[in-house]
This record gives sequence, structure tokens and C-alpha cells, in this order.
Amino acid sequence: MTYITKPVARHPKMRHNALGLTPRDYEGTMSTLCAGCGHDSVTAALIQALFELDVEPYRVAKLSGIGCSSKTPAYFVKEAHGFNSVHGRMPSIAAGSNAANRDLVYIGISGDGDSLSIGLGQLSHAIRRNINMLYVLENNGVYGLTKGQFSASADVGSVSKRGEINRQGPIDPVSLALALGASFVARSFSGDKKQLVPILKAGIAHTGFAFVDVISPCVTFNDHKGSTKSYAHTRTHAYEVVETDFVPLRREITADYGHGDVRAVTMHDGSVVRLRKVAEDYDAANRGAALEHIADVRKRGEVPTGLLYLEETGQDMHGFENTIEKPLVDLRYEDLCPGREALDELQKEWW
Amino acid sequence: MAHNRDRLNDFTIRIGTVNGTGSASANSLLLQALFRMGLPVSGKNVFPSNIQGLPTWYEIRVNRDGYAARSPTFQLMVAMNPQSYARDLSEVASGGWVLYDSTKELDDKLLRDDVTFLGIPLAHMCAERFERARERTLMKNIGYVGALVALLDIEMDVVQEMLEEKFADKRGLIESNFTAIRMGYDWAKEQWKCPLPIRAKRMDATKDSVLVTGNAATALGCVYAGATVGAWYPITPATSVMDAFKEWCHRFRVDPETGKNRYCILQAEDELAAAGMVIGAGWAGARAFTPTSGPGISLMSEFIGLAYYAEIPSVFIDVERTGPSTGMPTRTQQGDLMLVAYASHGDTKHIALFPADPRECFEFAVAAFDLAERFQTPVFLVSDLDIGMNDWRVPRLEWDESYRPDRGKVLSAEEIEKVKDFYRYLDVDGDAIPYRTLPGVHPKGAYFTRGSGHDKYGKYTEDSDAYVEVVDRIAQKVQSAAEHVPQPEIHTVEGGARYGIVSLGGAHWAVMEARDTLAAEGVPVDYLRVRGFPFGVAVKDFLDSHDEIFVVEQNRDGQLRTLLTIETECPKSKLASVRYYGGQPLSKEHVLDGIRPHVASAAVEAATQ
Ligand SMILES: Cc1ncc(C[n+]2csc(CCOP(=O)(O)OP(=O)(O)O)c2C)c(N)n1
Ligand code: SF4
Ligand SMILES: [Mg+2]
Repeated sequence: MTYITKPVARHPKMRHNALGLTPRDYEGTMSTLCAGCGHDSVTAALIQALFELDVEPYRVAKLSGIGCSSKTPAYFVKEAHGFNSVHGRMPSIAAGSNAANRDLVYIGISGDGDSLSIGLGQLSHAIRRNINMLYVLENNGVYGLTKGQFSASADVGSVSKRGEINRQGPIDPVSLALALGASFVARSFSGDKKQLVPILKAGIAHTGFAFVDVISPCVTFNDHKGSTKSYAHTRTHAYEVVETDFVPLRREITADYGHGDVRAVTMHDGSVVRLRKVAEDYDAANRGAALEHIADVRKRGEVPTGLLYLEETGQDMHGFENTIEKPLVDLRYEDLCPGREALDELQKEWW
Repeated sequence: MAHNRDRLNDFTIRIGTVNGTGSASANSLLLQALFRMGLPVSGKNVFPSNIQGLPTWYEIRVNRDGYAARSPTFQLMVAMNPQSYARDLSEVASGGWVLYDSTKELDDKLLRDDVTFLGIPLAHMCAERFERARERTLMKNIGYVGALVALLDIEMDVVQEMLEEKFADKRGLIESNFTAIRMGYDWAKEQWKCPLPIRAKRMDATKDSVLVTGNAATALGCVYAGATVGAWYPITPATSVMDAFKEWCHRFRVDPETGKNRYCILQAEDELAAAGMVIGAGWAGARAFTPTSGPGISLMSEFIGLAYYAEIPSVFIDVERTGPSTGMPTRTQQGDLMLVAYASHGDTKHIALFPADPRECFEFAVAAFDLAERFQTPVFLVSDLDIGMNDWRVPRLEWDESYRPDRGKVLSAEEIEKVKDFYRYLDVDGDAIPYRTLPGVHPKGAYFTRGSGHDKYGKYTEDSDAYVEVVDRIAQKVQSAAEHVPQPEIHTVEGGARYGIVSLGGAHWAVMEARDTLAAEGVPVDYLRVRGFPFGVAVKDFLDSHDEIFVVEQNRDGQLRTLLTIETECPKSKLASVRYYGGQPLSKEHVLDGIRPHVASAAVEAATQ
């Protein structure tokens, strides 16, 4: 069913997508985050990605844990159900809701505290289950909402606003996701919409768990000199190893695919993700090599970005569980209840 | 000794074996044979938290009057485990019998002159008859079954028929089983005067009954309720709920055309995740549940508060075991009553259902989903290891074909289309239950679910009045479930008794038996069995109308009694506490020991006045 109530040409100057909707139709309530917070830029990129993908707003399900980042599902697609759950546990909410209704576009938003500390276990298992969803980790190196404590992604030597120096090594979200066998691993920067939007689109088109780590600076607690998650530091240290281009199903593919530096991956829905390697020898189809390359880049003090790994197997949680194609919520009760005769028959075994 | 004479259809036997040696199937063969002879039976496992090697016991009670509670007076001990001989031989009732493997001689020190020792060289006999080591071990079990068939006068035809059914497609096994049965049977007939005074004689008490565990019945209830998502993390004694759910789903829920599943079972990484999965699925519109035990509920507590406050239907099955902490994981208790009643931080209170046997497990499982959706809140189905894992004779389960799930106030796309504005937490009908929408149904139905402060429109709030308005409504909503949960079962004596008993769950069977004993002693007692929480008017009336009430339960701190004092106006002084919490199923003696002193002192008091 579709619910397009908007006139197709409402505002001549405004862009419309195939559903006749404008980017505004993908907005949510007003953000209450600090002005300049990286998370708001991620929200804007998501709005653009969903708009450009012609996703029906009410077919989206927005899930999150707790944190400044986890508040953001309120700020996009107001016509979609949102679920701001508990700290670090959004992946299990995603697993359950996706089990119940596999036909929605699931978007999970988390933070580095939410994903890498309290929720590390659930994140790992969401990856393992390959839940079909886009999972965005808005990574600022601190716990924003509890006022600036170091998170598990803080780099060694990074200085907090209060002058403390972080001494423990970070958990690198993308290396972790790669090591755990994630089928889609990307990193981007909230300040680089040009890179982020195609990655988000590819993540939504991906069948399985699309993990996107977005460096998303916290202007209030971690944007100072000495922080390795500040705007300035990220801008100067980001190193794009692969360039991503997303070609939706409907658009004609014109670029030459024979070129050695470009790999084209056809997604389940027919859209195409083109990966052009920037770094020499980078292979986004080779998990081991990707891990190694990322480690090398990190050693140089740089932040590797791009769609770092992509494997379109089509085997998600429902594949493992052999669930019926139709969403479980749409099954009729008559097809679920075995009925009286079956009960009588069964009870013969209990005699 | 006389009391052991002529106990026709009234005896208890205990079988001591080694965990992991295959005695379980021999024991259930025995139980089932007695059941098929029409005798009221109950079977109780007493097993260690171990996979192989430690002592394990199985108790079979046959009682012509139908009493099903545990009876720890064993007329016959089948002692097959030298490790536990000392204990086993000391536990047999005076005047009783011990059947033991006499391949090795018994230590003289263990002998008693008030019991009869029946030795059968099972290991030796099996070594002669069977080739392989595993077969020798297994057939020893069938061997003692054979001896018991003779000693207890069990009908051999029934046993043979069962073996034939069981091994219908394994003809090789049937031969060895027959050999082993005969081996034991012939030995008994030759050596001893059979049958013993404790013996079985065909009755007609089971034709409309089945033998089943609570967990199997609970799982079946989930299937019949239309649950499609089950999430869990393995834990004794709840594991067999999911094992059974999986089995029934394999049988009933595979789409014949595609071979695909009309259900999704998620083995979670822990109980926190299992709770999250249930809540996620409930939010999306599926009927979802998780079976667990006390430690799991502890872990789920944060999420339970979310489901309560955000009003998400979810079913939590707590098969209680002995706590606190890991406690005695293979022993039973009713130790989670307070936990489930108020699980989570802040002000919370939950609907809970307390089945007493597998039949109620089945029925209440269905009710749990209806209540969860109707009241949009977590519902706890609380059973325990005794109900869940032991073998119960219950009336055959019935199913009303006209049953349709009560989905509560869920708006369809058409309904959403018609409403002007949808607000998730608005009490439109004045019954404290708001309307709910599911994701992906209609854009006008969208709302933001959150565990943080929200007003009745579903908007984030930190405003005192707006917050209070919502939590007060939720309190009212949950309380209003009191008259919709299964109502108490009440037994009264004519004219009303001075004394009352209040109990719940599997304690019921011991209470019923004790009540008969008290009545025979001239002390009539009224009895109310709580079957649901919050307590409704019926519970309050019962408390009001009795001066002295014994609250019988299986935990140390008198949790049911505490709940009654918190939730009703009943003065504490009226409620005497009768407790047993050692981990075994409750027996009549526990109840009598708790009640008699009060009754006796009251009699003395009355006499001196
Ligand atoms: C069980 C629990 N413990 C602690 C908290 C407090 N808390 C709220 S948000 C947060 C950290 C959030 O950090 P992050 O996920 O990085 O999000 P950010 O605010 O930085 O976007 C913590 C510790 C909580 N809400 N729940
Ligand atoms: S505290 Fe930091 S993370 Fe939170 S809203 Fe402000 S800038 Fe963003
Ligand atoms: Mg953070």
C-alpha cells in the first residue's frame, strides 16, 4: 500500500523524488542537539539518502539505544515509527522487530559508548546474525550525553576537555566489524556528505548488516586541540581508500565497468554500488587484506574511510533461520494455530 | 511396618541411578506403563547439575486417590548406584524393600533389619547377554524395569506394547529390550514372592488424561496462541520450553509449499538480548515470548521496565529454580514472586500468571499473550522446575476452535486512516488503555517509542504533570487487569471454616492433600489458590472472611505473604507463614508441619477458655 498524499508538484523549486516527495518529507522533529554537533549532519545525510532512494517514509523503522546520537531518530522521517530503546541494546530490538516484520527498512543509530562499551556484545551478535539493517555508529570518541568521558574509541594520547590523556588503546569499530565477519563495513565523516550519502544508500540497499562508522565530532566535549575526533583532526587525517558511487536500479548505467580500478557490485534490489579504489592495492572484496591495509593506515595516524568491505551474499538472519518470505506479522492466525484435531492427535503421544 | 502391607495402588518408589546412563527412558517406560494401567501416577526427577556421572533419582508415586504431590516416604528403593547406596538405603521407609544390583556384594554396614533386600545381579546378567559396553549399561536399566514388572504386578502386555511402539522402526533394539525385560522379570519370579504387598492393579483413572511436562505444555500454548517469535538463552529448567516449541513448530509451522518457517526462533547472546528481541518483535506486532529462569529475569530487568513504560506487549516465561544467584539450578522453588511482581527500577508492577500443572501451563500461556496485548504490557507466566520438568498426569488438553487472539487495541491501516490525529498514549476510551499502531502500516500511525519521559501524546517530556499523568494511567491500567487474569480457585467447606489457606502454583497439590488430612482430623480449612496477579476482589474477600490464614509457599521469605500484605489491606497478623524452600517439590508433610502447631495451640486455647 502507498500513502502519497502530497501533490506531485507542490513547490516548483523543490526537488521531488519518484514518490513525489521532497526532502522535507524525510525530516523529523527539530533537533535538540548542540549547534554544530556532528550527529545533526549525519541526520541530514540520512534524510538525503532516503529521499534519493525513494524510500516510503512509513516503511522505515528507526531504532536506537541511548546517547545524544541515539536521540537522532526523532530528527528524521517523522512518518516512520521510531524506537529509542535502552543503552547498548538496540541490536536486540532490531533482531526482534526484523524477525517479526522483515519488510521494513531498518535503520539503527548508535554511539561509540552505546556500541563499543555497554553494547559491544549485542553489536557483535547483530553482525554475526547479519540482521538486514543499516547500522550507523556516530563516533565522537566520548560519551556526549553524560558529559564527555572517554569512550572505547578514544585514541591513545587523545586529550579530554579537562586535560586528561587517554592511555588505553581504542577499539576500532571497522576493524572489529571486519574481524567479526560483517558483510558491509564502511567509515565516513559527518563533515563529508559527498562520501557519506552514497555509503548510506549502499548500506540501505545491502541485504544484511551494513555497518557504517561515522566520525561525528562532539563540539561540546571533544572538538578541541589534542582530540583525535575533532573536525579539524578528522579533516586533515581522513584518508579515503575507496570511493563509493551508488547507482539506483532505475538509472541507466553509463560508466565503464571494465576499468580495472572499479568494482561494480549488484545489490539484491538491482541497484549497483561502484567501488573505485583510491589507495593502491586496496581490495574491498578481500577481508584479510582490507584488515591489514586499515591497520597500516591507522599506524600512520590516518583514518581510513570509504566503503571498506562489501560482500553481497543475500544470506541474512532470515536466511539462517529459514523464515518464510512473508513477514510473520502478516500471517493469518489460521495459518499459525494447528487446531483441535492436531491437538488430539498429538496427545496420543502423551498417553 | 504394618503400614507397608497391602498398599494396593498407593506407594512411592525411588530409583537411584547414575546421570547419563540412560535410566531416564527406562523410568518413563515404568511410569507410562502404570499410567496405561489406569493408575493416577506422578513422576519426579531429582537430578544433579551435571551431564554424566553424578547420582540422579526418579520418583514414581502411585496413588489411587489421585494425590499428585511429592511423597518422600519410599516403600521401595531401586538402588542402582553404589555411589549413593548409603543415602538411598537409609531413606527407604521401615518395612519397605530395596532392589539392588547384587553383582557386587553390599557392604554389611549398609544393611538394615527393618527392610527387605532384593538382590539381582544385573551387571553380571547383562555381561552374559549383551556384547557392547553401551548396551550392557542401557539394558541394566531395562533389567530392573523387568524385575519391577514382576514385583509390582505391572501388566507385561502393556510394557511389551509400549516397547513395540517405541522401537517400531528399530527392530534390532526391540529384541534386546525384550531380552532384558524378561531377564529381570524371570529372576524376580524365581527368587521372590511376587507381587509385593505394594502393587498395582488396573484402574480407570487415566483414560481422559495425558502424561506431560509443564514445559512441553507451555510451549504448545505458545504455538496455539499464535506466537511467531521466540527468543531465549539456554538455562535449566526453562530450556525444554524452547526445545518443545521448536519441535511443535517443526511439526505444525513449516509452510508446506516452500518448506519455510512460519516462526523465528532466535537463540540470543544472553537474556538481555532475548528480552530485547521479544520487545522488538512485540513492538512490530508479533506475539513473542522468552522462556527463562530467575537469573535470566534478573538480567532482563532493565528491558522489562522499558516494556512496561513504553507499553509493549511481551511474554516472559519464568520457570523458577532455587536461588539466589546460581543457587541449586536443578532444584525447584517459588522464589521469584517478588521479582516478577515488580521487576525493574522505578515504579513498576506486572501481570503474572501462576499455573499449578501442565494443563494450566497450556491454558495460561495462551492467556498470557492475550493479556499482554490487551493491556500492552509485560506478562509473566510463572511456573517452576517441578511443574516444568516433571511428568504430570493431567486431564487431556482441550482446544476451542472459535478462539481468536485478543490483539487488544491495535489500529489497522483503515482505522488509522479514519482517525483525525493519532496519539499513542492518550486514554481515548477512559479505560486507561491507549491505542497502539504497528510500524509500516500507515504514516499517520507513526509515533516515537521511548523509555524516557513522555506525555500522553507520546512526546518527550520533563514536565512533572505530564509525566505523572502517564505513569498514573499505566498504574491504573495494570491494576485493571486484576479481574482479567485467571481468577483464584477456591475450595470452601460448608458454612465456612475458621481457617483459610492461601497458596499458589505447584504447592497446590500438597495443600489439597494436607487439607484432606486436616479435615479427617477434624480441622476443616478453606483454601484459595491464587492464579494471577494483580490480586482481584476474590482474593481480598477471602482474606477478609477468614480470621486465620496460612500462606503456604516455597521460598524462605514468605514472598506471597509479603505480596498479600503490600497489595491488600489484610493485616500481617492474620497471615501465618508456612514455608518450605529446600528445593524439593512440596509435600503434604511440609504443609501439615506448618499448620498443625497453630491449630493445636488454638485448640488448647479454646479448651482453657
Ligand atoms: C544502563 C545505563 N547506564 C548508563 C546510562 C547513562 N548514559 C546515557 S548516554 C551514555 C553514553 C552515551 O555515549 P555514546 O553512545 O557515545 O553517545 P553520544 O552521546 O556520544 O552520542 C551513558 C553512559 C544509561 N542511560 N543507561
Ligand atoms: S554533547 Fe556532543 S554529542 Fe551531545 S549533542 Fe552536544 S555536541 Fe553532540
Ligand atoms: Mg559518543
